[in-house]
Amino acid sequence: MSKHHHHHEEPVSFAFDAESEAQIATILKRYPEGKQASAVIPLLYVVQKQMKRQTDSGWVPRVGMDAVAERLEMPPIRVYEVATFYFMFNTKPVGKYHLQVCGTTPCWLRGSDEVLRACQDHAGVKHYGETSEDGMFTMTEVECLGACVNAPILQVDDDFYEDLDYDRTVKLLEALRRGERPAPGSSIGRLNSAPEGGPLVLTDVPGAGE
Amino acid sequence: MALADKDRIFTNLYGAQSWGLEAARKRGNWDGTAGIIAKGRDWVIEEMKNSGLRGRGGAGFPTGMKWSFMPKQSDGRPSYLVVNCDESEPGTCKDRDIARHDPHTLIEGCLLAGFGMGAHAGYIYIRGEFYNEGVTLQAAIDEAYEAGLLGKNAAGSGWDFDLYLHRGAGAYICGEETALIESLEGKKGMPRLKPPFPAAVGLYGCPTTVNNVETIAVVPEILRRGATWFSSFGRPKNSGTKLFCIQGHVNKPCNVEEEMSIPMRELIERHAGGVRGGWDNLLCVIPGGSSTPLLPKAICDDVLMDFDALREHKSGLGTAAVIVMDKSTDLIKAIARLAAFYKHESCGQCTPCREGMGWQARLMNRMVEGNAEIEEIDLLENVTRRIEGHTICALADGGVWPVQGLIRHFRPMMEDRIRQYKARSLPMAAE
Repeated sequence: MSKHHHHHEEPVSFAFDAESEAQIATILKRYPEGKQASAVIPLLYVVQKQMKRQTDSGWVPRVGMDAVAERLEMPPIRVYEVATFYFMFNTKPVGKYHLQVCGTTPCWLRGSDEVLRACQDHAGVKHYGETSEDGMFTMTEVECLGACVNAPILQVDDDFYEDLDYDRTVKLLEALRRGERPAPGSSIGRLNSAPEGGPLVLTDVPGAGE
Repeated sequence: MALADKDRIFTNLYGAQSWGLEAARKRGNWDGTAGIIAKGRDWVIEEMKNSGLRGRGGAGFPTGMKWSFMPKQSDGRPSYLVVNCDESEPGTCKDRDIARHDPHTLIEGCLLAGFGMGAHAGYIYIRGEFYNEGVTLQAAIDEAYEAGLLGKNAAGSGWDFDLYLHRGAGAYICGEETALIESLEGKKGMPRLKPPFPAAVGLYGCPTTVNNVETIAVVPEILRRGATWFSSFGRPKNSGTKLFCIQGHVNKPCNVEEEMSIPMRELIERHAGGVRGGWDNLLCVIPGGSSTPLLPKAICDDVLMDFDALREHKSGLGTAAVIVMDKSTDLIKAIARLAAFYKHESCGQCTPCREGMGWQARLMNRMVEGNAEIEEIDLLENVTRRIEGHTICALADGGVWPVQGLIRHFRPMMEDRIRQYKARSLPMAAE
């Protein structure tokens, strides 16, 4: 924990910007009067997204958690607990692109080791949790992403890239490095979760072929 | 005889058409919703009971009965419907398709289910990783509000119903219904002791029913076409159509809606292009998501895909995520990776799970190498029995079942691995 290479700078202050304030207003309407603590996860996402806009690194600094606690009238510890319990909040800075490699059995059976190897060879990251020297990529191992019939999956920020192999992962990483954002989904042109080659069912439903 | 398209509920499963309201209406969604509600709450619950629908999230509890536990009269507290779209059981990716391609089937189901259980508000809890799916689902909810299908006098039914989307943040445990409620209240996702059950004390201390996405999404078609139509599929007590996620070592992985009780082999060969290298190249199948114990080929040859048939073989239908492994698989490693999953996802509340999942994962890692004693297989089995049933929720049960399944059916493989390791590291020991 205290090893110096894990050290990062925490900002000294955090204030919601106008875009975040608009999101917060929408979020708070979802919960009953007095139950605004329900908004803690949504507001931590607001912080993470704002950090991404402002610093190009989507993470939640301590002062961001404090801002959430203040807004929701919660003790800060209750927000810290949530921010550290849930896996998707980055409590230290991440690279411009967050490479999230699914390594759970369904992806592993379909070659997730090759996706990992492609990231190691072409993203400048050798181990999970690492950020590349150029700040471009952080690589994290994630647990089952819930898209298993399109395994293996690499989640980049919020997007799932599916049906990958080594070469297609390399192509994706190279595109990201060029500042391009390939369309998420199947990398072999499958129609979502339909079998390769096209659907064998649902060919006779209202509106089909329109 | 495969299920006909006219009997499929999820007519846009693959997203070949628009998810939007206009296209959804053409596919039959939101047809006569107010008329269904006009038949009354008792009729809705009775019809759901008669349909034989069992929960599609893994446990398979009868849906109509679950709804009937909700209070008939409010004591002043509101009732809530909570829909579980935390889909995180390894292998499972069906609710994702409903959220992104058939969201109106789900939204209409929320209104009907809400009415059936006396709830004027519902929350859909979607896993954080489903960011794009959540964007679509929220847009569909917005569209439904604009069309008067949600909110005051929803769909002209006289029933007021509000529906909200809430996004989680990466925690398998939040698929457990009381952990989900805790999370929705803004806390760590740690399961609650039951009783009290959510139907008595749930979200915000109010009566709550938590149902899986697929469970809720099949409700409109059941109520439109009738309980008899739905129960005509599958064997008795295993009624209906079902989404299957067929994956792993098959030629063409896919999701598909099929009739319950379809033979596993037919499911795999008809829809997923068969096992890689042919049926005889099959090693085993995890039939219903990671928590359900694997079945060796001999059982897969003729087993039916339903709750009771799989239970007879000490496994389960679970979420109907069919994970196929051919003979090239390092099966011990495949199961060890599941053990690592459960270790990662244990919330840490109960000691047998917090410590046990880690212990199990470490021993399984040694089993992968063969760096163990034969007797440790018995120790491993013994410890899993001490974990199982001794925790607040079922995560640890689901965490030990895959290992128990491995030992039950592939113990000789584990012993061979150990012998090979010994032969490599102690070449003289054989003498």
